[in-house]
Amino acid sequence: MKRRLFSYPYIVWMAIFILAPMLFIVYYAFWGGDGSFSLSYLRDALFARDIEGNLANLRSFGHSGIVAIETTGICLLLGYPIAYLLSRMKRSMAAFVSTLFVVPMWMNFLLRTYALRSIFLSLESATGIQILDTQAAVLIGMVYDFLPFMILPLYTILQKMDKSYMEAAQDLGANPAQTFTKVVLPLSVPGIVSGITMVFVPSVTAFAVSQLLGGRKTPPLIGDLIHRRFMSDPPMYGVGSALSLILMVFVLASMVLMRVFDKDSPNEKGGKLW
Amino acid sequence: MVKRRIFPVLRGLFLGAMLLFLYAPILMLIVYSFNDSKNLGTWQGFTLRWYADLFLDRTILRSLWVTVSIAGLSSVTATVLGTAGAIGIHSMRKRARGAIEGVSQLPMINPDLVTGISLMLLFVAVGLKDGYVRMLLAHITFNLPYVIFSVMPRLRRSSNLLYEAALDLGCTPAQALWRVIIPDIWPGILSGFILAFTLSLDDFVISLFVGKSVNNLSMYIFSSAKRGVNPAISTLLFVPVVTLLLIVNLRAIRKEREEEAQSRKVRRKR
Amino acid sequence: MEAKKTPLIRLIDVSKDYDGDVALEKVSLYIRDGEFLTLLGPSGCGKTTMLRLIAGFIMPSSGRIEMDGQDIAKIPPHRRAVNTVFQKYALFPHLNVFDNIAFGLKIKKVPKAEIVPRVERMLQLVNLEGYGKRYVDQLSGGQQQRVAIARALVNEPKILLLDEPLGALDLKLRQEMQHELKRMQKQLGITFIYVTHDQEEALTMSDIIVVMKDGVIQQIGTPTDIYNEPKNVFVADFIGESNIVAALMLDDYRLRMNGTSYRCVDKGFGKNTEVDVVVRPEDIDIVPSERARVMGVVQSALFMGVHYEVLVQCGDYEWTVHTTDKVQPGAQVGIHIPPEAIHVMKKTRNNNIFDCEVYPDDNEVYIDEVAFDCVSVEGFEGKEAAIVQINPADVQLVSPQDAKLTGACKACLFLGTHYEVTVSCAENDWIAYAPDLYEDGEEVGILVDADKLHLSHAEKDAEEEP
Repeated sequence: MKRRLFSYPYIVWMAIFILAPMLFIVYYAFWGGDGSFSLSYLRDALFARDIEGNLANLRSFGHSGIVAIETTGICLLLGYPIAYLLSRMKRSMAAFVSTLFVVPMWMNFLLRTYALRSIFLSLESATGIQILDTQAAVLIGMVYDFLPFMILPLYTILQKMDKSYMEAAQDLGANPAQTFTKVVLPLSVPGIVSGITMVFVPSVTAFAVSQLLGGRKTPPLIGDLIHRRFMSDPPMYGVGSALSLILMVFVLASMVLMRVFDKDSPNEKGGKLW
Repeated sequence: MVKRRIFPVLRGLFLGAMLLFLYAPILMLIVYSFNDSKNLGTWQGFTLRWYADLFLDRTILRSLWVTVSIAGLSSVTATVLGTAGAIGIHSMRKRARGAIEGVSQLPMINPDLVTGISLMLLFVAVGLKDGYVRMLLAHITFNLPYVIFSVMPRLRRSSNLLYEAALDLGCTPAQALWRVIIPDIWPGILSGFILAFTLSLDDFVISLFVGKSVNNLSMYIFSSAKRGVNPAISTLLFVPVVTLLLIVNLRAIRKEREEEAQSRKVRRKR
Repeated sequence: MEAKKTPLIRLIDVSKDYDGDVALEKVSLYIRDGEFLTLLGPSGCGKTTMLRLIAGFIMPSSGRIEMDGQDIAKIPPHRRAVNTVFQKYALFPHLNVFDNIAFGLKIKKVPKAEIVPRVERMLQLVNLEGYGKRYVDQLSGGQQQRVAIARALVNEPKILLLDEPLGALDLKLRQEMQHELKRMQKQLGITFIYVTHDQEEALTMSDIIVVMKDGVIQQIGTPTDIYNEPKNVFVADFIGESNIVAALMLDDYRLRMNGTSYRCVDKGFGKNTEVDVVVRPEDIDIVPSERARVMGVVQSALFMGVHYEVLVQCGDYEWTVHTTDKVQPGAQVGIHIPPEAIHVMKKTRNNNIFDCEVYPDDNEVYIDEVAFDCVSVEGFEGKEAAIVQINPADVQLVSPQDAKLTGACKACLFLGTHYEVTVSCAENDWIAYAPDLYEDGEEVGILVDADKLHLSHAEKDAEEEP
């Protein structure tokens, strides 16, 4: 019996529903819907101007990048101490508290965003300070939604880290701060990398958060642009696909970059600590 | 030495504040689902009105049904297809295996937005118009890699010796597969299934692009957020997830504690 | 006796417990400069705890640890002139060999110009020249071991702590490393404190061996002392292979075991005293039967490479003998035990001497809070605290429901003709001679006939010294 045969249904499925759709994105980005090759969709996707003559789409790309970097940065700054403190707790205690931190990952993401929106609304009616429909609201929303995705990989790697590394560092004369910067931090780089990817990718492509919390008053993210192109009547498949293609290339390229960086550190040139 | 006493307090404050940040919105929504007012900020008395409404609102019931049925169907299909696929891929040569695993990862690393759009374009091109079927096919597709990558590590750990021992004891290859390999990788299959089911329950982005007029719960919340969503939905979605996860985790914790106690007993005996 | 040199490190009544689990109990020990000292014992005996106390990773629950006469209990590990070679090496995977070794020097801000030659010298010392650029995961187990040693030694510690450092290596490599460690220690003159459960390793490498069990030091001495003059049955049993026999010291230089009297070289145990005797298997000679006073039948003969391990049944007792002579199973042989091969040990176990309360009116004695009937209570008037002694042979072990006093079996040692069982009760450890083997932890009941309790007044009966 050839066991390989078992995989054929899956391979067929994969070809139809993973590979073919990718080709369709490329097809629509260059050939539109009508079959004639053109770079105009790509040009429109990148250099479209709004009524005032600004390069609106390029701005959105830039804006999305900044928001995603800010989100990832804040998540790292909050998530690392959380993960570190959790990993230092007694095991049975840590198991429980870390579960509490990870549970939100499994809760409906839209509902959580909506809940945050409700909080903003009631805060506004109680204090008069407007949070909803501001840039801050979008940022808080993204951190709120994606923080658990940063904590999980960091906690996993910190908790698995052999305690004797830290003891060895102390034994060799490192004080607690030096032990952290010279041993714990470099050894947790793989966790940092996967945490960054897990937060950066969804936040650079987000559109629901910005639409629910930012409204029309904050500049549109690239996800908003794509969403609008496809939801318009009639849908603008060409430009939408071109935008998606650019986004995909950007995301995949940054992930490849991260992976190279991750591979680099422990094996080849790493350890340039001083 | 003052430092030592202050540190746990600071740690508790920080972790507590973070948990509050993560849970306060949802908990508040749940509390206000018993509030007799459309306005969130003011408490006007206890009511179960929202829960009654929940079961009278046809749109909500319809989207709930879509969510649950799609999650069930897609995760079962993906588990069967994915497990068979993983077993097949595992027996392939290294290069073919690498290529297939690479492509399989695409839906996991690709942004949901791109996956959703690509599937939508496919459905548009072939003229598939039924939103429910589209959603089902899309969910099976993005569930598949999670099943495959839950089963694969198990397969890798499962020794070939086991299979050979089964053959040696008189099993046909099919029997060996069914009686030895499948039970051995069962935990991987199960966790793949659970992962697929929860991901499908939660999906928003991909469903939005392929679903057309068929709404699941996430899409319903998105489209009616500005008007205000029935807060009872939060309880509906929050409580089962938390209970399930707590049960699973508490059991793991209790097991761990028992093991710890056991090892201490052994130590004491020595 | 010893040179008047202050000890480098000194543990005074150090105890350590983890949530009530005692790991070390009132341990006192001093270590002199330049010594190679080994902490030897089975797992869970407290040797690693002792090492971690000296390294500073844990604090003692009570007692003092002094280094050069100064209390160091409060000094954190990174400020102690002590370095550790960890059990699984704990080499930093993100640093190459050079940076691993240089870690401690860089932390101390040693100038770079000085670091390079010092690391190079260490690489040379551990025979790893040219490996500086390699990463840890590219090294074999033995090489990682050497890097771990170099990383600790480069800091020129006063004491090097080694926590079962050779445990992960295969036999040949282990023996090689034993010699190298010894060589390095001599060359550098640094004090080594070495933890192992491998008695052979301890015997070959150490100047001083500390044998430990259950958090208590059993014996401190040179390897020859420990091997030839074990202080108690545990040490004898743990170090090397041995025949342990219960015997009766008839007089100085004369004892009786297994129904035969032997000459020996020990004295001062008094007349007709019960003792334990250790005879090493290699000290027993197999002789033609006509020349021997003791005869036996060969049960088995197993070739061990250099010698045969022969089991000889002599009456009730089975002797383990190491010999280079080939004998056939089933053969009648004689065995000869020369006087200097017989090591006599005082029974260190308490021989069931307990504190008790006597109620002469009821003819009862309370031991371990349980009443025992007792016939001979003359000399006692009214309730009185006293001391009771019970011969281990008179202690009967029965099933728990048949006795008022119960306890858990703690140790069971075969003494040739019977088992010596230690039963841990509420307050006391009881010794009983039993024909059967008891499992560790097994619940047993204890019975003593009313005429077998020997009472004495508390004040008079101080412990007699030989």
